[in-house]
Amino acid sequence: MGSRASTLLREEEIEEIKKETGFSHSQITRLYSRFTSLDKGENGTLSREDFQRIPELAINPLGDRIINAFFPEGEDQVNFRGFMRTLAHFRPIEDNEKNKNAAPSEPLNSRTNKLLFAFRLYDLDRDDKISRDELLQVLRMMVGVNISDEQLGSIADRTIQEADTNGDNSISFNEFMKVLEKVDVEQKMSIRFLH
Amino acid sequence: MTWFSSDSSLCTCVCVTLALWWTHLVLFVIVPAVLGVSFGIRSFYMRTLLKVFKWATSRIETGAKEKNEELYKPDCTGKSSDEMFHVKSLTLARLVGIIAKGRAAPLQELRSTAGSDFELADVLYFSRRGAESIVDDEVTRCFSAQELETWNLLTRSNYNFRHISVRVTALWGLGVLLRYTVILSYTQVIHHQIDHHAAPQVIHSGQTLRENKPQNGGICVANHTTPIDVIILANDGCYSLVGQVHRGLMGVLQRAMVKASSHIWFERSEAKDRHLVAKRLGDHVADKNKLPILIFPEGTCVNNTSVMMFKKGSFEVDCTIYPVAIKYDPRFGDAFWNSSKFGIVSYLLRMMSSWAIVCSVWYLPPMNREEGESAVEFANRVKSAIASQGGLVDLVWDGGLKRAKVKEDFKKEQQKLYSKVLVGDTETEK
Repeated sequence: MGSRASTLLREEEIEEIKKETGFSHSQITRLYSRFTSLDKGENGTLSREDFQRIPELAINPLGDRIINAFFPEGEDQVNFRGFMRTLAHFRPIEDNEKNKNAAPSEPLNSRTNKLLFAFRLYDLDRDDKISRDELLQVLRMMVGVNISDEQLGSIADRTIQEADTNGDNSISFNEFMKVLEKVDVEQKMSIRFLH
Repeated sequence: MTWFSSDSSLCTCVCVTLALWWTHLVLFVIVPAVLGVSFGIRSFYMRTLLKVFKWATSRIETGAKEKNEELYKPDCTGKSSDEMFHVKSLTLARLVGIIAKGRAAPLQELRSTAGSDFELADVLYFSRRGAESIVDDEVTRCFSAQELETWNLLTRSNYNFRHISVRVTALWGLGVLLRYTVILSYTQVIHHQIDHHAAPQVIHSGQTLRENKPQNGGICVANHTTPIDVIILANDGCYSLVGQVHRGLMGVLQRAMVKASSHIWFERSEAKDRHLVAKRLGDHVADKNKLPILIFPEGTCVNNTSVMMFKKGSFEVDCTIYPVAIKYDPRFGDAFWNSSKFGIVSYLLRMMSSWAIVCSVWYLPPMNREEGESAVEFANRVKSAIASQGGLVDLVWDGGLKRAKVKEDFKKEQQKLYSKVLVGDTETEK
């Protein structure tokens, strides 16, 4: 009967994903249906092109960085587990109280993990530091051609100056967290699921 | 000896069945069609089907509850499917999807005033918007079949309906048998005989305002879901068609049709030359003897939940536009032709083995381009009229996104919006 998706998701898999990510059963099945509709090649994985086919994502200035977050180092395909794991960062935090099966380790959508996701958007070479160069590149992605190099440079300098506490001229994850201390990360980085 | 007699009794059986079938056909389909009389069989058939679907879905729900899981149901606006189908107002028709999206512009969400400094936290906004579009977006939704609240016992419409009990499976099996034997063969016969008075499957649910029907020298525009749109409109009036030249079966049909009346078929390469298109259209409408042109300005099949951008070409020609809204009832079978997934033949097969194709056609009052209105504005005005009448979502996205990538310009626009947040609206932007 499963001629529609290549396979309907197995119950055990759903349970595992539930434990790992905290999504509910119906959310997982719905997201699986979304995953298969994006998977044009019908091989159970998504490539970067599959993501870029979403127009709203393609016009997002940080679209490429976000897409990159789904792919582990050096890989070109992401399967459904990986897809869910990354999306789990966007689950609202208060949902954790409802979920009795919460993983013993920190849940994927904790404040820290959300901030880590954001940090990695800046950290292009994955060396756990945001250098001036990386900051400039990301800024350039966000503003396009509308701001001059000098102006952008001064914005980058000021930002690093304010954030950098140990004087190495780059921003570490701890420094990043300190800067965003007062920001309502939960609200800004959560997707409101309707079910 | 026994062989021979069972053979002949088999023959008799077959003959009797055929005879019954033909009599039934003549009595119940052809004669009433010719005389224009209806037995009300179709509405009975539809009502029965709906009851069966509701029962099947409620069985599945009970099954789900037993396992203590929630059944995902799309379009949860709290309206019943009957109401959803007949709804005309645009606000109610906005598909809810799985998440609630923020629609505020970057400026409102990120800052209270423009011209304030960059913050590291700004990246959170973009990442959330990105994740939202990955989970659900307006465009890719349009190019796959609409999801249903109740399952209509077709495997092709089964997205998420698990926990299917034995009884429902049995019903499904019966349905398969019924659809592929009776209904499929029924349609073929009907199409052989007379094709204008609709196979029992194609049911018009009326609601046409006769005086708004397109006249010669005008252009009729409609939203596009399937090639069957053409058949449905052609049932009710004669048109000249405009479209891309196809290969294969469609190409054969196109060449045949040209022999009957003047149609305008384009090569894709020619279609890019707007002036050529406009000229051919203009010449056609100027000739009052020629039939009204039927155009689908979206340029591609969309899944009948939304109306996508209307290409301005047909709205540049100086003549009256007759808008037509077509809405299919998705509960009986999905009419949408996903041309990137199915060819025309497999599509027709699926169509003919659906329970029924039910549609509403609304002929809207004719519209003309107003003074000072550009072709694009006019196109958008017609599009909103069609969308609100048909209860469809009015989108600005281009139907061409089905196959092509989105233009870089849109990204540049987003970047510009964000830059405004950082530096405000000063001249230094240029």
